[in-house]
Amino acid sequence: MGDKHISSQFDAELNSISTHVLEMGGLVESQLHQAVYALVHLSLETAEQVLENENRINQMEVNIDHEIISTISRRQPTARDLRFLMAISRTTQNLERAGDEVARVARMVKSIIERGSPRSLPISELRLAADLAAGMLRKTLDSFARLDTTMALAIMKEDDVIDAEYDGFLRKLITYMMEDARTISPSLDLLFLAKSLERVGDHAKNIAEQIIFIVKGEDVRHAPLEKVESVVR
Amino acid sequence: MTATTTETRNALEVRNLNFYYGSFKGLKNVNMDIAEKKVTAFIGPSGCGKSTLLRTLNRMYSLYPGQRAEGQINFYGQNILDPKQDLNLLRARIGMVFQKPTPFPMTIYDNIAFGVKLYENLNKSEMDDRVEWALTKAALWTEVKDKLGQSGLSLSGGQQQRLCIARSVAVKPSVLLLDEPTSALDPISTGKVEELVHELKKDYTIAIVTHNMQQAARCSDFTAYMYLGELIEFGSTEQIFFKPTKTETEDYITGRFG
Repeated sequence: MGDKHISSQFDAELNSISTHVLEMGGLVESQLHQAVYALVHLSLETAEQVLENENRINQMEVNIDHEIISTISRRQPTARDLRFLMAISRTTQNLERAGDEVARVARMVKSIIERGSPRSLPISELRLAADLAAGMLRKTLDSFARLDTTMALAIMKEDDVIDAEYDGFLRKLITYMMEDARTISPSLDLLFLAKSLERVGDHAKNIAEQIIFIVKGEDVRHAPLEKVESVVR
Repeated sequence: MTATTTETRNALEVRNLNFYYGSFKGLKNVNMDIAEKKVTAFIGPSGCGKSTLLRTLNRMYSLYPGQRAEGQINFYGQNILDPKQDLNLLRARIGMVFQKPTPFPMTIYDNIAFGVKLYENLNKSEMDDRVEWALTKAALWTEVKDKLGQSGLSLSGGQQQRLCIARSVAVKPSVLLLDEPTSALDPISTGKVEELVHELKKDYTIAIVTHNMQQAARCSDFTAYMYLGELIEFGSTEQIFFKPTKTETEDYITGRFG
């Protein structure tokens, strides 16, 4: 990140941490795509694969944490370097939780398949929410790699779109459930699934906040969007 | 996280200070406030003027011909750069401790009593009390109370430095200037001196020059970053080490200075 330190080894450590975070983010993103594929195609095999991979994400979080602790203890980072490492720690936590949500989606898909697929339910409509969540995650990783605060701000705004999508889907499911009581149980699965996708968006937004923290040194968690805008500008 | 907004009084106010070593300008228009009963640290690369600035604060430079300061340094409202300033009195009120421990070649007791005798006329028991008080302030009393008659030079480096601090404290100054007080000490002695700085700021205003940035981060309330004779940035230590406003400051404290 940024200009070179007098100690090139310090640069190497920070770069290595950055790379590992991007790898971790990439894995979460690909897991999300797999989970959505499993959902749309009702593929048991793909859903199981997603569940198997989840451990790798957890392990990556632990490894990156170890690197952060090692760098802090040996380098006593300050200012931008300190903010960077703090932000990385929170970022990996959010990525790990996003990974948990994706695994939850896969688990839900398994349960829907095992219960016999309810073709009547609007599964395909979740695709939009899934694509939005995946897109947000990808953009977050991009803006993290470039420390692009303008993009981070745009991501924070995008989270509202996913939330609105979730609300719309919820209303639709309620209609299905009221029309046919037999759809209640699978509808609830879909509801949790939609909630998980919405949560992935929340985690992406949290990471976007950390990008602003690194660059601007302002903690914009829980801050209203107008304040975030003024910080980025 | 904002600097100098608290209700503290200023012990020293530096205004438009320029300093010359002959024709070389060592300080360029420095303006800063040193808050009462706080620790203010000066950091910056070698030759940036931090020690020069510290040495102007009790006019230590006046010992050397060819060195002169222009501007004002107001010590509770009184400009100490005024040629009429009594320098002995000034140095009793603004004491200094140097990089290398400099105990006098005399007993531990006399190291403390020597300075006091210059300013005050105490009887034996009053002097005993003062010596104990100063050594206690400097967190050295328990280590030396049974050997006050031994030479100050028989102490370890860390103890010698604390003896020098005790010597400065003994004349009851209002400000203590510490010029890299721990650069010749091991980490444990350094830790003791830093702990002492923390204790002393209850009663004294402290200005410290240090090459050890983490030391500035650990023990100061305010930090000034200097470069090439200029005060680049001055603010609360937390702000300087977490979110400096100037790129030059950030580059220096994060080790990007090239």
